[in-house]
Amino acid sequence: MQSYWEMQEHFDVIPMDRQAYVEEVMDHYKNPRGKGKLEHADFCAKDENPLCGDEISICAKVKAGKLQEIKFDGHGCAICIASSSMLMEKATGMKMEKALKIKREDVLSNFGEISPVRTKCALLSLKVLKLGICSFLGKKAPLE
Amino acid sequence: MAVKINPKRIRKDFPIFSRERKLAYLDNAATTQKPKCVIDAEKNFYGSTNANVHRGLYKISERATEMYEKAHEKTAEFVGAGGMQEIIFTRNATESLNVVAGSIGKTLKAGDEVVLTLMEHHSNIVPWQQLQRKGVKLRYVGFGKDGKLDYNEFEQCIGKNTKVVSFVHASNVLGSINDAKKICKIAHENGAIAVVDGAQSVPHMEVDVKKMDCDFLAFSAHKMLGPMGIGILYGKEEALLKMEPFLYGGDMIKSVGKFEASWNTLPWKFEAGTPNVAGAIGFSAAIGYLENIGMQNVRKHEEEITEYALRKLSEIGGLEIYGSRNAQDRLGVISFNVEGLHPHDVAALLDEEGIAIRAGHACAQPLLAQLGVNAVCRASFYVYNTKEEVDRLCKAIGKCKSILM
Ligand SMILES: Cc1ncc(COP(=O)(O)O)c(C=O)c1O
Repeated sequence: MQSYWEMQEHFDVIPMDRQAYVEEVMDHYKNPRGKGKLEHADFCAKDENPLCGDEISICAKVKAGKLQEIKFDGHGCAICIASSSMLMEKATGMKMEKALKIKREDVLSNFGEISPVRTKCALLSLKVLKLGICSFLGKKAPLE
Repeated sequence: MAVKINPKRIRKDFPIFSRERKLAYLDNAATTQKPKCVIDAEKNFYGSTNANVHRGLYKISERATEMYEKAHEKTAEFVGAGGMQEIIFTRNATESLNVVAGSIGKTLKAGDEVVLTLMEHHSNIVPWQQLQRKGVKLRYVGFGKDGKLDYNEFEQCIGKNTKVVSFVHASNVLGSINDAKKICKIAHENGAIAVVDGAQSVPHMEVDVKKMDCDFLAFSAHKMLGPMGIGILYGKEEALLKMEPFLYGGDMIKSVGKFEASWNTLPWKFEAGTPNVAGAIGFSAAIGYLENIGMQNVRKHEEEITEYALRKLSEIGGLEIYGSRNAQDRLGVISFNVEGLHPHDVAALLDEEGIAIRAGHACAQPLLAQLGVNAVCRASFYVYNTKEEVDRLCKAIGKCKSILM
């Protein structure tokens, strides 16, 4: 039977796109878009990942059912910060109803292979955004 | 006199290292790897002696019972207990601490106090917190930047209402080895019971319950080369005799009527239901293995590696080590942070280099709050770790910095 590390070596044969993911992720991590405080926000939401102590808050200004401006703040690992940054880019100007439909896979596809533990890091910002939108719209928040 | 041990020779006894040749396993404070003799002992039980204990009047059951009881005796000898009657097998250290808190908790009243330290693992906090519902008060003794407990604070915190002092012998984050004998003495002078969380100390140094004079000592087999699913609670015989059982059911009773029952003798009074017999036998083999190496030699080896790691790690710019810089004061557990790097990222990138460390709050959130951080990286060593692995760790941290900064 092949050991885990032997299989890892096998995976290493395809470093090209993995590298690209890493670079894009790193770029968002080092230069996060939409990070900071938002004055006069219509809603703010916050959550944490108890396992690693990551904490993300998201605030938004709403106009005509759209996320006119959104910003995130908090601290977390590279995956968590990069995914927040990517989400800010993606969701700005988006209809709230549409943002509620962003899927886990849409977020995770930015990261290539990540372990189940780190999936939580990647999904924290999406969870917070949906939490905020739901409380603003007076809806029940999705379980995830 | 301590003898130098050869980790490279020891590694050969661990099947996992012949499969995972590149693996630098530095998460021993979470759980340790298992030598072949432990795996075989557990396997052989199921293959040759499997039967329930304390019940069957046939050969394999008698043999299983004998081996299970022997495991208690061996454990008793290992920690210097008075005999098998003082050794209770549980699932893990957490369950052992729950047994103590749960059973003693039944006798505590509003206004009684339990003294803990800010260095505790969650397993020695949360069970006690539950007693607050009865009006029991918790008090905490703090620690300094050097990772040392403030022993004067013990004197202040412990008073006439203190019924229990429960503390970690060696911290799973700071590595600090606390002066258990001294704390037990302070507790006893004030008429309180002393409970020691030995989950990190027992696997790595000589621990003698008589010398320490604790009333209870909790630890886990899986952190000392043994199987998962076996925990140990040592209790002084006189304390156990007075104590109410924690779990009820089969095995822990002498006789049962429709509306009442009487308890079995020690230690069985605290072992309700079918126990993890295979695990206990595997644990017995683990103790044998450690005894062969010699606990003094285990300690010596880890002290050396820790000293080396402390030196090498502190050469890395922006790396902060928590707790004492002196290997004599601590176990082979080193928690650190690298400025600007999140521990999760460090651990994930080290994993790509085949290095396993822990990242996160290490189940000690009040401790981390005291340090003012949300998460740490933690490297922890055991008998099979080498200085080369420390070198690999340091080199890989350098690589993390170049990727993430
Ligand atoms: C100091 C300390 N106490 C208690 C525990 C709990 O051990 P277990 O998870 O085996 O119950 C641990 C292990 O994580 C520990 O490090």
